[in-house]
Amino acid sequence: MIRSLVLLLLVLTAPALAQETIVSGLSQNRVSITADFDGSEILIYGAVKREGAPAAGVGPLEVIITVEGPSTPVTVRRKARVAGIWVNNASVVVDSAPSFYAVATTGPLTHILSDTENLRHSITIERVIRAVGITEEAEQSGEFILALLRVRTNEDRYRVLEGRVELTEDTLFRADVVLPANLTEGEYKVRLFLLRDKRVVAQQERLIGVRKEGLERFIFNLAQEQPLIYGLVSLLLAALAGWGASAAFRLVRA
Amino acid sequence: MQLYLPIAEVSVNAFLILGLGGIVGFLSGMFGVGGGFLITPLLFFIGIPPAVAVATGANQVVASSISGVLAQMRRKGVDFTMAWVLLAGGLLGSAVGIWVFRLMTSAGQVDLFVQLSYVLFLGLIGAMMLQESLRSLLRARRPGAPIRRSHVHSWVHGLPLKMKFRASGLYISVIPPILVGALVGFLAAIMGVGGGFIMVPAMIYLLGMPTKVVIGTSLFQIIFVTAFTTVMHAVTSQTVDMMLALMLILGGVVGAQIGTRVGVRLKAEQLRILLSLLVLAVAIRIAVDLLLRPGELYSVAPGVLP
Repeated sequence: MIRSLVLLLLVLTAPALAQETIVSGLSQNRVSITADFDGSEILIYGAVKREGAPAAGVGPLEVIITVEGPSTPVTVRRKARVAGIWVNNASVVVDSAPSFYAVATTGPLTHILSDTENLRHSITIERVIRAVGITEEAEQSGEFILALLRVRTNEDRYRVLEGRVELTEDTLFRADVVLPANLTEGEYKVRLFLLRDKRVVAQQERLIGVRKEGLERFIFNLAQEQPLIYGLVSLLLAALAGWGASAAFRLVRA
Repeated sequence: MQLYLPIAEVSVNAFLILGLGGIVGFLSGMFGVGGGFLITPLLFFIGIPPAVAVATGANQVVASSISGVLAQMRRKGVDFTMAWVLLAGGLLGSAVGIWVFRLMTSAGQVDLFVQLSYVLFLGLIGAMMLQESLRSLLRARRPGAPIRRSHVHSWVHGLPLKMKFRASGLYISVIPPILVGALVGFLAAIMGVGGGFIMVPAMIYLLGMPTKVVIGTSLFQIIFVTAFTTVMHAVTSQTVDMMLALMLILGGVVGAQIGTRVGVRLKAEQLRILLSLLVLAVAIRIAVDLLLRPGELYSVAPGVLP
């Protein structure tokens, strides 16, 4: 009896909350790195599924999409002048920083996302790095984190694509994210957020598998699993190439 | 044409790598240096991770040295006896070098240490060679000047354990070649290079070997040093990129063949002046990096400090 009452209550209040969920798709859910790999473009698209009309008085719908590559620890070093020469004299270890991170949005991040929600869902790059992997020492040196963001942004590894999610009729959305050529292997996490009034109202997560294929896979595996054989094969190739070129040139001259 | 490198995990232009290999191979064939001191900084410059650049550079040097040695052997430019003696010293030196390298790594200043040794040794050797070859060039231009004897008897000739080096026309003690080999092996392990740029002048000025056999003998010895380095890197850190090495090698072996032929046409003094200028240029380039304020003070490297 009580249970059915609760259920009834839920059903009654649901339309007021205007339940919105995400239905999404990716143009590809795996990326193969082959010898001629030169970056890849992923199309992330979707629609907002709504039960009932959105309640009156709520803000407009906004969408944020993040793509996050596998994380590794990184060492950030700073140079300083010691006895006339520039040397690395300070370093900070960040336990975990994504190798790639892109945030695509429908509008400026500060306008559509509140700090609390950013904190809760770790949406901006700064948040992702601070949330997962910050050591005690790094916490005190914010400039190292800023430097990490700056360096990786210049390398095109970190991107903020404000206004690059197209939203049509408050229902359909799409975004193109270009994956660079210097991609790290692993699972890439795609997160989609729907926001109203700077608050996340729905979210979804999908994965893109990035793997080396074919010859790239073979060479990589050999190097990891049979390093001695790999080293000897490399030498053999070098020796053959050296001898081959010498012999070929002798033939040409003769 | 873009090519994705499986170990370095970057995409590069295949023709750029072929060209790079070709230029370094050309210089290596011409001067008898392995080219390690050029290829490694050049690979850094095009964005290959340093660890991969060092290890793969060594693999490339193996190929260009073999190509060069084969060309030198046909004109009897390799003193095998001398090469084995140098190599024996070289292995001793490189064992000590690896130990010192580890010591510096744990102190956390290995980059600086490597850069400083580059500046110091390249600068010193480049300047010495330039001065010496300019002087002999001037002497040759001035008629009637006293001719310099090629074999000056010094303390080197008074040492025990004498051995006949037929191809070099030398009858000297094995101690100086072993010491030279050890010094080169030590520096090679620290700087991640074959050591030809130190070996060549050491052979000419310290051992008094004729220029004709210096290049071939140096290259022959470098093959073994860099082969050892390649396997060590492949086993300990998996940083040898076969794809990158193959592209560099393809360019390099062709370059080495052309370089050897051009080198034969040039006079020994000209060759030495050119090599010394090249060595000095690399030294100055690295020194400038150390002295000027870098554009970005911070650098990011994956992984944790050892």
